[in-house]
Amino acid sequence: MISVENVTKRYGEKVAVDGLTFQVKPGIVTGFLGPNGAGKSTTMRLILGLDAPNGGSVSIDGRSYVDLPAPLHEVGAMLEARAIHTGRSAYNHLLALAQTHGIGRSRVDEVIDLVGLTDVARKRVGGFSLGMGQRLGVAAALLGDPRVLILDEPANGLDPEGILWIRTLLKRLAKEGRTVFLSSHLMAEMAQTADHLVVIGRGRLIADGTVDEFVRRASTGAAVRVVSPQATALRDALAAKEARVDSVERGVLEVHGLSGQEIGEIALAEKIVLAELTPLQASLEQAFMELTGETVEYHASSTDTDDPTTLRAAA
Amino acid sequence: MSATTTAIEVPARATAQHGGVTQLRVIRSEWTKLWSLRSTRWTLLVAVIGMAGLGPLVAAIQMSRWSTMGPDDRLHFNAINTAVGGWHLAQLAIGVLGVLVLTGEYSTGQIRSSFMAVPKRLPVLWAKTGTFATVAFALMLISTFVGFFGASAILTQHHVQPALSHAPALRAVIGAALYLAVLGVFCTSLGALVRNTAGGIALFVCLLFVLPGVVAILPTSLQNSINPYLPLNAGTTLLAGRPEAHTLSPWGGFAVFCGYTAIALVAAAILMRRRDA
Ligand SMILES: Nc1ncnc2c1ncn2[C@@H]1O[C@H](COP(=O)(O)OP(=O)(O)OP(=O)(O)O)[C@@H](O)[C@H]1O
Ligand SMILES: [Mg+2]
Repeated sequence: MISVENVTKRYGEKVAVDGLTFQVKPGIVTGFLGPNGAGKSTTMRLILGLDAPNGGSVSIDGRSYVDLPAPLHEVGAMLEARAIHTGRSAYNHLLALAQTHGIGRSRVDEVIDLVGLTDVARKRVGGFSLGMGQRLGVAAALLGDPRVLILDEPANGLDPEGILWIRTLLKRLAKEGRTVFLSSHLMAEMAQTADHLVVIGRGRLIADGTVDEFVRRASTGAAVRVVSPQATALRDALAAKEARVDSVERGVLEVHGLSGQEIGEIALAEKIVLAELTPLQASLEQAFMELTGETVEYHASSTDTDDPTTLRAAA
Repeated sequence: MSATTTAIEVPARATAQHGGVTQLRVIRSEWTKLWSLRSTRWTLLVAVIGMAGLGPLVAAIQMSRWSTMGPDDRLHFNAINTAVGGWHLAQLAIGVLGVLVLTGEYSTGQIRSSFMAVPKRLPVLWAKTGTFATVAFALMLISTFVGFFGASAILTQHHVQPALSHAPALRAVIGAALYLAVLGVFCTSLGALVRNTAGGIALFVCLLFVLPGVVAILPTSLQNSINPYLPLNAGTTLLAGRPEAHTLSPWGGFAVFCGYTAIALVAAAILMRRRDA
């Protein structure tokens, strides 16, 4: 289990992580979500003892990473920025890591096979594609057969086949009872891989719960699609109940603020025929953006969803 | 890579004999790292060729001109300095490689992998400096001997060859290897302090080669009291074929250079523990 307690990390003026508290439990895949610059990679570096927090504490199974006598057997990690010397071959990179723990060459060959790099293992890492680099990162993380896995955007740069591969692998590792913690900003991808989600924005915790909870929460406030031959009459009836109604096309309405049940009851009372009544799920991406919207730091300049804090400051 | 995407079997608990990180294991790892880089092999080759080849080359040039040399030149000719003269070239290769040993890891991000495997960090610094110094000493000792005997063979023509039985000669041969090994540690420490290849090499060049030039424009009396303590002058006292004015004693000078190296190494160790990787 990974435990992050009230951790703060500043880089000069910049607060990258701000009083963050959460736990990552064994046996499930925990997703770590947040917009660019939210502090995901920083949090992971803090867990791994690479950066020192300005406040708070981080522990892995009750111990700090620095105190682990055999860290590669306890924690396997893959960092977002490739942490590999480009001049070395994949095999020698893994061998050098293995040797620090007295792990044998057979295990090095094993993990190379496992991630599918056998053909290029003796080639210089500098020539690797993004996906090959990710695979090498996964190999390094698995080298010590660790009980805890920490992966920063493992799906980044992988082709669809590779994404499926890593998803299956991570789920399997979790099922074996390991702690699996991975970051991403792709909500949809996460929903298919993770059981639990920790969402942060601007270094602060936004949400911490199961994926199911998250999906349910995302769906409330979503629209209901209604098809009726008496669409205009229905529209007036619903509008009278303070619902927001959009006409999508002739005879088709999208209703916000009422459940399917409520719409059905209103229609019955008004003697309006309904041909179709479908609750629409808010897309997870939408839900994610709603949740983190205010904390997004780096907007593309063309969007009009300006940072609310700067608006407030300007007003 | 496609054939293996279905292979998601996680091998049973690592075959590894579960043991932790030890200094010896970290040394083994650093040994692998050192030799698995092409840049290391090339740079060491340059150092070896320079160390073994320059002495005989200069000796050959001297001998071809011997008959036309004046008595003054002949008197000033120092067979030992010629025979071990390769250190002038070798020190540049060893110094640059020493800087690269750590800055190469910082610039590529490799240092994070290294520190994740060895979170106490200092064993990495000890292993890096230790293996590099040992490799530099062994290779440079052999190359110096080769250069020395090569030059002697050429110098026999005019019966001015240095004899190894002569105390300063043996001291110069061993001293060249010692100087270059300690220089390796010095530069590795500089690299650890600066964490940037260009900056590390610039610092190494400044301290060793620019500083003497700066001192040279000072008043002579000041020069004479500062010069012996400059890293380059102190470090190479063991290599002098004959005693010169305004220099430290052979072993005294070398001890001063070791002192500088110790200071740089300790500073590197303290900062390596403290700074974010
Ligand atoms: N070493 C550092 N020095 C200075 N600032 C840093 C450093 N590392 C991170 N930051 C800052 O801290 C904030 C959090 O960065 P971090 O990389 O942790 O975000 P992230 O959630 O991983 O983002 P992304 O999704 O883009 O990977 C950013 O604003 C970043 O600029
Ligand atoms: Mg990141």
